[in-house]
Amino acid sequence: MLQIDNIDVYYGKIQALRGVSLNVNEGEVVALIGSNGAGKSTTLRTISGLQRPRQGSISYNGQRIDALPPHDIVRLGVVHCPEGRRIFGSLSLNENLRLGAASQSDRALTERTRREVYDMFPRLEERQSQLASTLSGGEQQMLAIGRALMSQPKLLLLDEPSLGLAPLLVESVFAIIRRIKEQGVTMLLVEQNAWQALEIADRGYVMETGNIILADKADALLTNPQVEQAYLGGGV
Amino acid sequence: MSLPLYALQQLINALSIGSLYALVAVGLAMVFGILRLINFAHGDLMMIAAYIAAFALIAQIPLPIALLMMVGGTILVGVVMERVAYRPIRTAPAVAALLTSFAVGQILQNSMLLLSRFAGQPVQIAFPTIDALRGVVAIGDLTIPRLNIVSLVVGLVLLFLLNLFVTRTTLGLSMRAAAEDLQAAQLMGINTNRVIVTAFVIGSTLASVAGLLYAVQAGTINPDMGFSPILKAFIAAVIGGFGSISGAVVGGYTLGLLEVLLTALPGLGDILPAATTAPGVITFFKTYLPSSLSSWRDAFVFVALILLLLVRPGGILGTIDRDSRR
Repeated sequence: MLQIDNIDVYYGKIQALRGVSLNVNEGEVVALIGSNGAGKSTTLRTISGLQRPRQGSISYNGQRIDALPPHDIVRLGVVHCPEGRRIFGSLSLNENLRLGAASQSDRALTERTRREVYDMFPRLEERQSQLASTLSGGEQQMLAIGRALMSQPKLLLLDEPSLGLAPLLVESVFAIIRRIKEQGVTMLLVEQNAWQALEIADRGYVMETGNIILADKADALLTNPQVEQAYLGGGV
Repeated sequence: MSLPLYALQQLINALSIGSLYALVAVGLAMVFGILRLINFAHGDLMMIAAYIAAFALIAQIPLPIALLMMVGGTILVGVVMERVAYRPIRTAPAVAALLTSFAVGQILQNSMLLLSRFAGQPVQIAFPTIDALRGVVAIGDLTIPRLNIVSLVVGLVLLFLLNLFVTRTTLGLSMRAAAEDLQAAQLMGINTNRVIVTAFVIGSTLASVAGLLYAVQAGTINPDMGFSPILKAFIAAVIGGFGSISGAVVGGYTLGLLEVLLTALPGLGDILPAATTAPGVITFFKTYLPSSLSSWRDAFVFVALILLLLVRPGGILGTIDRDSRR
């Protein structure tokens, strides 16, 4: 479904990705793990068109997307839920969801999706006319995920959905991710919480300083001593 | 004239000037909100509008058509400005964009200078009179220039329509979203070019109307007539909270009220003796606020601006640091 082939990405003169290749197959959840600054977010930003690769190519269902503007990539069904939630605080919760569907022309489908999102997050429905900035951190994360779902993703790029949340909320975020997976949405999941991410994923990639250093099935990575040492808190 | 009547008249003055400032400030704020660009050439769009209207009216073109030409022509200049000058430097540092806006302003002013010469017109031309905007309206003892009423009504109507646009339509919501977080807006599938062009179209439309009203008020137009209003609009936008549309509106009316207050208070000394029974008040106004002080109005406005920013650095509606997420 998604094929990234040998991309180099730079921020000015600083190289952030070095020959990164990865692929995501339809129906899979793929975890991308690694420490801070390894290039995980940059990889997602390059897929969604916010960053351009200087080398290499990105294809989605056989079509090159590495030169498309972000809004066209969203229309193809590749939806990026960015790190730090990035909800629109000066707009109401409902307006945030409405903008999530900005790329959609099918109103009935949008209405159905809004219903599904509110079923998934009943707390959001209670607060739908509130300004998004008045929500708690957990609610903002729910809104960010809900907003991404409004764009009808076929491939959802989730960047650090559990970052900065209390343990109980982390659990519920992962429960939501499972639910989205059951609905047949393919996902590329970036997480610092490597354990949980690999539990939920089919396959995983491990990144370090802009390179992919390991690629394997998720359960194999979970028992890989090297991964255990570096990302799963060694020997626990 | 009695005091309440005087106050009411001054209030209408204030709101009509405020409408003008708000119309210009909103365009400035919309573009700044999305692009972090202070478009100083925005005032020159007012000038372009005034010239198009003047030339059209001099050529005996009927008023409605002349107004359409004015709005259409100004939108065209605004959109071309964005496409040719600002889009190529969108990712450049803010200083480059600011300097570009000065350059664009100079180009527009000099083009108009050349065009006037080519058309055999003097640099400064008298703005043709528009009958619908002449004279005064008398309501009882109250006489108000018709122009002020028209400015007030037109301003309120346009700002009301703008409010509907940014709160009800997806494009309008997209614009507010883009102003808050441009990248997140892109990730929603919002076409940012479209949003930016829309901001320029709306800004140009409002600036053209403001340019016309300003030109009628001034009676004459010249190529650098946009400077003073853009400065005032900039101040209005800063007062309200820079980058926010509602802030620009609040700032525009606040500035209008402030200016009229500072002109009206000194005038009060001349009015009061006939009506008042409090000699202390008269002495106060005559001593401390003689009418001659009104020429210091702008200085007082700037002092008030400085005081306001000391207390609220982000403006009336603003938050202090809007850039932390970029």
